[in-house]
Amino acid sequence: MKRIVILGAGTGGTMMANHLVKKLNIKDWTITVIDQEKKHYYQAGFLFIPFGIYTAKNVTKKIADYLPGNIELMNIRVDLIKPEENKLILSDGKELNYDILIAATGCRIAPSEVEGMDGEGWMKDIFDFYTVEGSTALAKKLDSWEGGNLVVHISEMPIKCPVAPLEFVFLVDWYLSKRGKRKTTKISYVTPLSGAFTKQRTSEILGHLLVDKNIEIVPDFAIEKIDPAEKVLYSYDDKKVPYDLLVTVPTNVGDELYEKSGMGDELNFIPTEKHTLKAKDYDNIFVIGDASDLPASKAGSVAHAQAEVLTENILRHIAGKELLPDFDGHALCFIESGYGKGFLIDFNYDVEPVQGTFPLPVIGPFSLLKETRLNHLGKLVFQWLYWNIIIKGIKIPLMDAKMTLRGKKL
Amino acid sequence: MAEKEIAGKIVQVNDEGYMTDSSEWNKEIAAVIAVEEGIGELAEGHWKVIEFLQKDFADKGTMPSLRRMTKAGGVPTKELYALFPGGPLKKSSKIAGLKKPASCV
Repeated sequence: MKRIVILGAGTGGTMMANHLVKKLNIKDWTITVIDQEKKHYYQAGFLFIPFGIYTAKNVTKKIADYLPGNIELMNIRVDLIKPEENKLILSDGKELNYDILIAATGCRIAPSEVEGMDGEGWMKDIFDFYTVEGSTALAKKLDSWEGGNLVVHISEMPIKCPVAPLEFVFLVDWYLSKRGKRKTTKISYVTPLSGAFTKQRTSEILGHLLVDKNIEIVPDFAIEKIDPAEKVLYSYDDKKVPYDLLVTVPTNVGDELYEKSGMGDELNFIPTEKHTLKAKDYDNIFVIGDASDLPASKAGSVAHAQAEVLTENILRHIAGKELLPDFDGHALCFIESGYGKGFLIDFNYDVEPVQGTFPLPVIGPFSLLKETRLNHLGKLVFQWLYWNIIIKGIKIPLMDAKMTLRGKKL
Repeated sequence: MAEKEIAGKIVQVNDEGYMTDSSEWNKEIAAVIAVEEGIGELAEGHWKVIEFLQKDFADKGTMPSLRRMTKAGGVPTKELYALFPGGPLKKSSKIAGLKKPASCV
């Protein structure tokens, strides 16, 4: 009996378990999924919690309910990977051998990476919205907010869902306007990049949104520290930004397991081949989703596109065939822009977000790079698709892993 | 997309002056862009950064962060700001003939 181990039962790991159970002969293979948590979060829903649109309950389900019955689920922590010996050391001291390992451990926020971030101000006037705890605490804070300097901040790249902080800005502008608190609030967007939009086409088409909504941009801000008593952000080149409420995206890191096991880069992401999804240094280790160091967006839609390619490549690895270089970096993301409207963007490693329609050329019904009510509804409907179709590994008609350029304006 | 003559050579650049074909890059071009960006004459410290950026970009397919410049490239952030005032990654990547650090939108 051979064993394939999937580390992590989030979006990527759950999809892989559901794909592989249909493709592998269960008489020959044991599929083992290991996760130390019992809850599976719909992470794209965290964005809506601060504004009272969702609650923690709406985005939380049981991991076990979304995995197939004929796999082995272990609710335990992995302490160490010994890749040369194809072996895991578990937190109860037991060892587990594998023939193939899939790393699907995602990424998490690490507020302690910035001096002063997780000190006295954390969850008092400094919040994140990348965890269920952070977004729930922020909902309470915003509910009693009367006005002042509201700063939305990105610590450093790469981050999970790079458009989420922009969506947060759009939604908080709408939320405060609705509650009559927008006039007393100054909203600033502080980014280490050269602007809110860094691609030429998106910048041309969407750049005006921030001006229209009266949002101040503070670009090229590389954070050195936060003074939580004085409530000021400091950059390495001595720029200062004062805040009354700081909504920050802390440094994102991969699992510390890879640091301990000598498999990660400086942020504990696993060096991965960008088109085959195999770990660069190991022939029987593969990576899906946010755990890799790929220059693709860290987003569920990317993991979704990767799952198809990775399933095929695992079957090829087992059969001793050459891996297919089929992952093109494809991402498809709904972006909320407030007031019941939204955008849809479609891009890959080589093609910047395009204009056109999705999924059908001309007909749509969704419009790419255009603000519409239907795109917003698409984002809300997406939650149903996530739980019922996507993580179960069911194929969606018209949704291909690779990006198609038919009917799109380049 | 446009063409620009830098150090006697015609190269492809985008609207912000970043080279779009890194194979057209050479050290003379780097020296000219450095002056345009207000960095002045390139010294050993600058070249160390430029060489790391090019090697890392070839390997990873993406621009390194300040953290990676420090941990893998061995250049502390304060020193990077001293070498390339006003935006170390933005300016050093332009001089190295690479892309600007970017997000997905």
